[in-house]
Amino acid sequence: MPGALSLTDDDRATLDGARGEAARFAMRILTRTAGAMGAARLLDVTSAHIDGCLYHGRAGLDFARRLADDGARVTVPATLNVSSLDLLHPELVHLDPVIAADARAMMDAYVSMGCRPTWTCAPYQLPERPGLGEHVAWAESNAIVFANSVLGARTGRYGDFIDICCAITGRAPAAGLHLDEERRARTVFRVGGIPDALLDDEAAYAAIGHLVGRATGNAVPAIVGLPSNATEDHLKALGAAAASSGAVAMFHAVGVTPEAPNLDTATGGGEPTLDMAIGPTELRAARDELSTVGVGAAVGSVSLGTPHCSVAELGRLAELVEGRRLAVPCFVNTGRDVAAEAPDLIAVLREAGVSIVTDTCTYITPIIERAATPVVTNSGKWAWYAPGNLGFDVAFATLKECVDSAVAGRLVRDPEAWGDA
Amino acid sequence: MPEPVRAIVPGVATGEVVVLDEPLSFWGGLDPETGRLIDTHHPQAGVTLMGRVLAMPSGRGSSSSSYVLAEAIRAGTAPIAVVLGEADAIVALGAIVAAELYGIEVPVVVTPALDLVSGRIVTVRARADGRAEIELV
Repeated sequence: MPGALSLTDDDRATLDGARGEAARFAMRILTRTAGAMGAARLLDVTSAHIDGCLYHGRAGLDFARRLADDGARVTVPATLNVSSLDLLHPELVHLDPVIAADARAMMDAYVSMGCRPTWTCAPYQLPERPGLGEHVAWAESNAIVFANSVLGARTGRYGDFIDICCAITGRAPAAGLHLDEERRARTVFRVGGIPDALLDDEAAYAAIGHLVGRATGNAVPAIVGLPSNATEDHLKALGAAAASSGAVAMFHAVGVTPEAPNLDTATGGGEPTLDMAIGPTELRAARDELSTVGVGAAVGSVSLGTPHCSVAELGRLAELVEGRRLAVPCFVNTGRDVAAEAPDLIAVLREAGVSIVTDTCTYITPIIERAATPVVTNSGKWAWYAPGNLGFDVAFATLKECVDSAVAGRLVRDPEAWGDA
Repeated sequence: MPEPVRAIVPGVATGEVVVLDEPLSFWGGLDPETGRLIDTHHPQAGVTLMGRVLAMPSGRGSSSSSYVLAEAIRAGTAPIAVVLGEADAIVALGAIVAAELYGIEVPVVVTPALDLVSGRIVTVRARADGRAEIELV
């Protein structure tokens, strides 16, 4: 409620303009929003990840310009999320030139405030990242869920506008997942009976995440039964899918993620409101729910890397495509820093005809043309959003199925992987 | 005593109520060029929200919804007031930014009862001290 927020002398000085007009404006937006959230106070953050650089219309440009023109500077390290453009491969994006110019101006405004031009939705793949218990202000649903769950850092569900206000002031509302009691699991999911080969693939984790998100809504879930050697790429796929099909901003993988050595610790001893089993049947159902076309259907392209591919994922893809001829276009989204780290893998992928997309993503800006559909993807998030956002048919598949489908030009299923009868 | 209506973003507006049966994510759900509900998964896809008092159980989905709401308010295609069954920071932020940036106030209020009827004309009055009223006109 407005009025319940208590500010430090420092916060009040910023609000009174002692640090300049831009900081005053940022603090004003922040305190009004903190009031609406019912926060009792603000707290310090050590980094920010800014999602406001993706263009959805004039208001975002007006907002960024207002701050930049008033001399705004970030006071904590701030990375930038994907934009509407691929600055390294501009020929890939078919955006209206007027919109592209505004999108570029907005990106420039954020860079001028001192944000790092990382243009990635996977800031956790960069060398500097927050540790256990560290308060940060991260935006972008997959980055938020990864920071809270896998890194054990603490961020609320921040997004456009508030992200840069936190970065300028170095403060965030002390609410939501910043607080211990909000981080406890209230639902439990028990994974069992999934073939080992499938549990080696990100698609299994995306399917689990999809199911968890659908069932848990905005409650923090605890997932029991994931292998202790689940990789960050696996957990990334799970979190991104859960944050798309549901409002999941944090999950516990018992025995895997840092705040869940066991189920009791994850739930804080509380009784779960939901206890659900996830086995091969549920995984196949999730796969089919995320697909609008079936096995054998002609496919137009393949899209990978939502969220952005890591070096390890680029490596797996390179192994699968090397020496093969792709019948349809294949796009892989990745961060420019990750691509720069792995020039040899990028060369192998290009040689095989894979298009490398950086700085943006194929589900938020026009890259794939309608003629190149249906699209096969291993991303639960892409498969969830694309039919609505882009009006495209889609098939959700393992990485190997994606590559086999790209070679065949039709949807190839691996019945052994999914345990189809 | 029913729970009182709470103001989370101040302002005053009078208009026709449109009640949504399910929560709407403005990102992917509201077209800021036309003011129409465009989420094809939503049971009321196609209705216009422009110039109306939007009532729905809660906000939903992407944090980019703040941006889309602020953009619709700037473009004049947004609802003129939002009535929610539960508080939502993402909806509030979109209205706060539009107020601070363009001086256009779209009141956002919370009323757990959410007993509004589509088609009625109401005045939503949300004050800076957190008090609010919804009155039939």
